[in-house]
Amino acid sequence: MWTLIRVGLTNLRRDRVAQAMTFVLPIIFFSIFATVFGGRSGATAKINLAVVDEDHSDFSQRVAAGLAKEGSLKVQATSAAKNGNVPLTRAAAEALVKNGDVPVAVVIPAGIGAAFGSRGFGGGGPAIQLLADVSDPIAPQMVYGLLQKVTMTAAPDLLMRGGLQQFEQHAGALTAEQRVAVDAWLPRLRQNAAGAGSGSGAAGAMPMGIGVETVDVMRTNSERSSLVSFYAAGTGVMFLLFSMVNGAGGTLLDEVESGTLERLLSTRIGMTGLLAGKWLLLTTIGFSQICVMFLWATVAFQLPLFSHVPGFVTMTVVTAGAAAALGLVLATLARTRGQLSGFSTILILTMSALGGSMFPRFLMSEGLQKVGLLTFNAWALDGYLKVFWRSAPLWQLWPQVSVLVGLTATFLLLARLLARRWETA
Amino acid sequence: MNVLSVTNARKSFGAVKALDGASLDLRKGELLALLGPNGAGKTTLIRAIAGRVRLDSGEISLLGAPLQARRTPPELGIVPQEIALYPLLTARENMAAFGELQGLSGAALRSQIDWALERTGLADRAAEPVRQFSGGMKRRLNIACGVLHRPRIVLLDEPTAGVDPQSRDRIYDMLADLASQGVSLLLTTHHLEEAEARCSRTVIIDHGKVIAAGTLAELVDRTVGRHRMVTLRLDAPLADATAVLQQPNTELDARDATQVRARLNDVAAELPPLLDRVRRAGRAVEDVDVRGPSLQAVFIHLTGRELRE
Repeated sequence: MWTLIRVGLTNLRRDRVAQAMTFVLPIIFFSIFATVFGGRSGATAKINLAVVDEDHSDFSQRVAAGLAKEGSLKVQATSAAKNGNVPLTRAAAEALVKNGDVPVAVVIPAGIGAAFGSRGFGGGGPAIQLLADVSDPIAPQMVYGLLQKVTMTAAPDLLMRGGLQQFEQHAGALTAEQRVAVDAWLPRLRQNAAGAGSGSGAAGAMPMGIGVETVDVMRTNSERSSLVSFYAAGTGVMFLLFSMVNGAGGTLLDEVESGTLERLLSTRIGMTGLLAGKWLLLTTIGFSQICVMFLWATVAFQLPLFSHVPGFVTMTVVTAGAAAALGLVLATLARTRGQLSGFSTILILTMSALGGSMFPRFLMSEGLQKVGLLTFNAWALDGYLKVFWRSAPLWQLWPQVSVLVGLTATFLLLARLLARRWETA
Repeated sequence: MNVLSVTNARKSFGAVKALDGASLDLRKGELLALLGPNGAGKTTLIRAIAGRVRLDSGEISLLGAPLQARRTPPELGIVPQEIALYPLLTARENMAAFGELQGLSGAALRSQIDWALERTGLADRAAEPVRQFSGGMKRRLNIACGVLHRPRIVLLDEPTAGVDPQSRDRIYDMLADLASQGVSLLLTTHHLEEAEARCSRTVIIDHGKVIAAGTLAELVDRTVGRHRMVTLRLDAPLADATAVLQQPNTELDARDATQVRARLNDVAAELPPLLDRVRRAGRAVEDVDVRGPSLQAVFIHLTGRELRE
């Protein structure tokens, strides 16, 4: 018994990959999950919010100012493209949401101030609109709640005035003494509201909410474009990486061990031709793999694949190409199949966690989101989400396509350099 | 005419000298055996000729032109020691793949595959996946894939490793067939008897140096000499061996007095007097065994140890 334990421990002590898989990988994963969900780095990420004031009333300005004061929001009220001086329009805000620059925009419609001032909550005036990207299930809900709070705390005097007008309309006018008292009280109510900071409750808040209408700007063409696209892309890219690394290992390291590589190198094809052939093969397999995954998502989960074919094909070709090239780098770097398997598992799972394959990156802090951009997955997933969620035109995929094509070229060059060890001793 | 010449090849891997001034020549249409114990430098030399090992110094010329490292010339066919085949592909598919990579196509490729299938005796198994083949069949196919493009020179690293005698004979028949067509073959082997029986010449390498090269007769002449070991089996033990043992280089077996051994430099001249001495001693000769010098004896003479050490 002791002999077996001693042999096992000796093997483990000499196998660095096994040590990393046993001790380092769980720590990496724990740290990523703890950082994302445990708030170890401080606060939850701020939500980017666009605010459009179409009313320009005292009420609308106070709501906008109230939202700006909220610590959990990062409010954009002006157009960044025009030196930041021009207030956002509804169209500009909707474009920001569609492009993924902000997950949600608040539009305060014209006439809401007047309606609110005369009739208060539930007075039948126009509703505030939330233009939302509901692929982010958290941001619109959070902004909705904050909006309710801000409308109640930002203009309690207007709220009360509207309420009293309603009261007088249905129950008779106030007496002169009551009128004097109310007139003296309302400015104090406004003063209290102005002094109230983020997170404080407000006296006089009413148990009713302001009318808010959520508009999912991503569902303008009535397709069932849901989070399915996110999960299809996330899962697809992660398993693409696994199969590409396995495939590259299978086609290169196995050929080294079996001697077929030696034979192939003695033919006309040469190492450059050999790697190019392997890369094309792997890219084709990877492309087919993603196609099968998305076709299944289309059949079983109503993913709108056929209305996004050009974007899907573009992203899948560049993603499969880059994944295949990464597989070749890892295979040329590793000495054995075991080494390749262990190292690639650690790398792929870490990249998948940081890059958004396991949970959406918008759940992460800004810092972690930036770290995620160092991973392969993040760029691929951003591209797929642009295609399926934002229905972005092809040209808007240029950042993702450029990065993935650049990575492909870099990986292929690296693989070629590393493969020299097999050519000549 | 030499089709391949290696001159003073040197190659070190760290502190290990794999090749230490090795030289050899391969002639047109010959089957040359490269013999040596493990670690002698055989595989390094083969890999250097194939362009897979860059020499520290020395020259390799192929068909009169210097060889460039990192590139295997099309005139060369390589048969690696490993079974370098795709096990899930059939024999024909393997041949087609390697043939295409060597530049064959269309009717030429089909014709070469048919020729190779016939020569390897695998024609009736051409459509079966290679993983179902025996070790000997895989070895034959391994060789066929290296010679499909009809190279003028073929390098074979242990082409008969791990196969049964029947398959070994078949493999050597294939190689002899190629040699008869003018193809020059250089093979490494551990099997002295194969080199002795089936190869035109032998090169013996040890510690990275070629220590002898030539036909078996040449090697014997240069090392152990041409004497024969003769053993006589008698009908009964010799009562008095004095007269018999007067013949030079003759002795009686210490354990079995019915066996007389003699080392004869000229069998035709020295054997009749020996037989006459036995007859006069009153014994009849039941059997005569005459053995020539072997490559094994040459190898031991040159290296001081058995080949498999």
